[in-house]
Amino acid sequence: MSGPSVRFVPEPERYEFTAGPMHHFQLARRDFFKFLGAGIAVFAVAKNSLAAQETAPTHGFHQEELPQDITAWLHIGEDGNVTAFTGKVEIGQNIRTSLAQTVADELRVPFESVTMVTADTALTPFDFGTVGSRSMPTMSPQLRRVANAARELLVRAAAKEWNVSNEGLTAADGKVTNPATGRSLRYAELARGKTLAQNLPTEDPVTPPDQWTIAGKPIPKKDARAFVTGKHQYAPDLRRHGMLYGKVLRPPSFGATLTSYDAKTAQAMSGVTIVRDGDFIGAAAANEGDAVKALKAIQAEWKETPQTSSKDLFSNLKKNASAKSDDRSRRTKGSVEDGLAAAAHRLDATYTVAFIAHAPLEPRAALAEWSDGKLTVWTGSQRPFAVRDELADAFKVTESNVRVIVPDTGSAYGGKHTGDAALEAARLARAAGRPVQVVWAREEEFTWAYFRPAGVIEIKSGISADGSLTAWEFHNYNSGMSAIDTPYTVPNQHIQFHSTLCPLRSGSYRGLAATANIFARESHMDALARAAQLDPLDLRFKNLIDPRLRAVLEAAAKSFGWPRKKSQAGQGFGVAAGTEKGGYVATCAEVVVDRASGVVRVVRITTAFECGAIVNPDGLRNQVIGANIQGLGGALFEAIEFENGRITNARFSRYRVPRFRDVPEIEAVLLNRKDLPSAGAGETPIMGIAPAIGNAIFDATGVRLNALPLVPTGLPAARA
Amino acid sequence: MARPIELEINGKRYEIQSDPETPLLSVLRDELNLTGTKYGCGEGQCGACTVLLGGAPRRSCQIPVSAAAAKPITTIEGLEKDGHLHPVQQAFLDAGAFQCAYCTSGMILSSVGLLSTNSNPTTAEIVQSLQGNICRCGTHPRIIDAVRHAATVMQERVR
Repeated sequence: MSGPSVRFVPEPERYEFTAGPMHHFQLARRDFFKFLGAGIAVFAVAKNSLAAQETAPTHGFHQEELPQDITAWLHIGEDGNVTAFTGKVEIGQNIRTSLAQTVADELRVPFESVTMVTADTALTPFDFGTVGSRSMPTMSPQLRRVANAARELLVRAAAKEWNVSNEGLTAADGKVTNPATGRSLRYAELARGKTLAQNLPTEDPVTPPDQWTIAGKPIPKKDARAFVTGKHQYAPDLRRHGMLYGKVLRPPSFGATLTSYDAKTAQAMSGVTIVRDGDFIGAAAANEGDAVKALKAIQAEWKETPQTSSKDLFSNLKKNASAKSDDRSRRTKGSVEDGLAAAAHRLDATYTVAFIAHAPLEPRAALAEWSDGKLTVWTGSQRPFAVRDELADAFKVTESNVRVIVPDTGSAYGGKHTGDAALEAARLARAAGRPVQVVWAREEEFTWAYFRPAGVIEIKSGISADGSLTAWEFHNYNSGMSAIDTPYTVPNQHIQFHSTLCPLRSGSYRGLAATANIFARESHMDALARAAQLDPLDLRFKNLIDPRLRAVLEAAAKSFGWPRKKSQAGQGFGVAAGTEKGGYVATCAEVVVDRASGVVRVVRITTAFECGAIVNPDGLRNQVIGANIQGLGGALFEAIEFENGRITNARFSRYRVPRFRDVPEIEAVLLNRKDLPSAGAGETPIMGIAPAIGNAIFDATGVRLNALPLVPTGLPAARA
Repeated sequence: MARPIELEINGKRYEIQSDPETPLLSVLRDELNLTGTKYGCGEGQCGACTVLLGGAPRRSCQIPVSAAAAKPITTIEGLEKDGHLHPVQQAFLDAGAFQCAYCTSGMILSSVGLLSTNSNPTTAEIVQSLQGNICRCGTHPRIIDAVRHAATVMQERVR
């Protein structure tokens, strides 16, 4: 195994979310009912797959093996308890609760009777990952379909019991009733003694949002009591008999290679296991202190390579851009040249976005245990199946011999897609012959994880005298393509993404590059409005057709009171909007800038958000407000600093994240579109806050800030 | 072997054989299996490891276990009494004042510490006393609401 330091392949900024769930399902049917007890089970089979055609709905289940491409399933036990299985991960976004609501709603059972089993590669169906705000739009309909089919099975079972037609029987409150006779049978009674299973090829009718009774309600977080009592065990809290604590010796800089190594002293320490495998060096001991001591006793020398620093970041991103570009990263409409020639006002500007860290409060952590050649790993991850594959690959074992279990995790924000800690723990555990837990220190988390990619964005634009956009040329270097297209109507456009040499390991971060692209675009729209002497909100409406984006802009503006009169010196107001991943966001911001000190205070934020039919308004509000507070950090002061292969601010004392004093008054306006399918909400609400604040600072001071973070050390005095 | 260190945690007495310089956090988590107290940064900056030491909120990652011997320690596991949550725990639960909830133990203990010295804090005082606790999910407004609500409930109980 090689250490994580040598793998510098940036993650693709966009994932193939549509990849089919084509992995093995590991429980054979006989094991399945042994595991859960008798009852009724329904399996959702992937759409458009061969297997789906081959497993038409049947009301007896005679195959010994389950289909290979199940996406979700549920079981109703003889006690009436419902267990639904999904590969999705709870990372604080409240998916355990929202999906349980969905199941309860469709199955017509009390919310409390539904248990969600999540993110266990041995028990749950393959899942690409809890990424891209996909859990609600893809998993919720699948669970609804299995719940719907299970309800049908129960109705049929009751009809058979009573020897009547199933027409006219109703299912509600966990029982089937015959209104003609007034008789009813509880689901528990109907499931008793049965091992009835059905494969479901999709597209069954489901309950429309205006008839939801449990979904759509502000139901509190499932198992919340375990979190306020400290009883919930996150990955770092798990303990196994005989477990050791592992630490990894990190190279002094990125890409450094080991040139000499002497571990004699460390190996002589009692109870310590030392592993060297390629450039990976780690120690496992009965406690973390001993593991650290052992690593300190190792003499290791490294060959380092000179690397660039953050002060040259943006010029390097531009300079090293690839000359090649393919059609997927470029789109053109009309002629930008003609559009610029026809413009009454032209405006060119360059925007930059720094690297930032996810800094989830639970650092990367894993507990690994080998037994008879089989590996079990508990780890905080958004992609348990991908981690399973990484482990199988690294240790040359089959996937069926690796089980990855993800306990509800202490947040991720797109930062826990890889299995680094899992690989490290498993490598140490194999050598030690005991379970080993690895918990990354905060400095490791800030250094050896991956970052939101930095980027440079260049815009050339033109606008007519009446405020119609005539030309729009947009180049994004490195940060990515999410929301790179403008939602505004422009007859002449050229939009392009440029890949380049990226100096740090980069990957997904909540919202991906949409935050960067919307920051640049919405800052630029604001500047164009000033050039045309139009109200920034009016300019947007003038050039915008999309009714959903217009609706969130209207809602945010109305609640914020746009346009507002300034009531004090240094006050300013800004607006921004965008759409991505099926969600629509508009944010208004109020700031007060102290011209003498340069201190910028965000006073008030109003964010309107729409993501189709709302499944849990309380959970959604929590997500929207949370995204705005997290977004404050990237907007105002978060930036990773690096020099010669080292992160120089890898601590909370040097990397400022939003704290209580930074939090303004925040209002979330939620638009509930019951006529539209539910989209995810974990990411898009973060996208409007940075440009809204930047635009408000301009309104307050006349200073246009084109770089994120906007004011890491306040507004420079010379400019204020 | 160093002399055993005596600790009083959640009303129970423990004898610890650790190196006296071991952080209290490691002793709680790795030796006593009291894992409700979380590691977040190891430099006293995030508040995830907050415990009450003699009733005052302290960062357990910054306290050598030998320095914790003199005073009673309360961790998140010690707040619930006879199946009843502490009013601050109940208020967090009622307000849904968490997302991933990894910061919750520290937030609750910092708040219990605040309310023990200031039974009716202003919002500014709550903000001030929780400034050292990081919530990365952005649940701050609900946490403030929960602390306010807990203060009201606790005052009513006293009356």
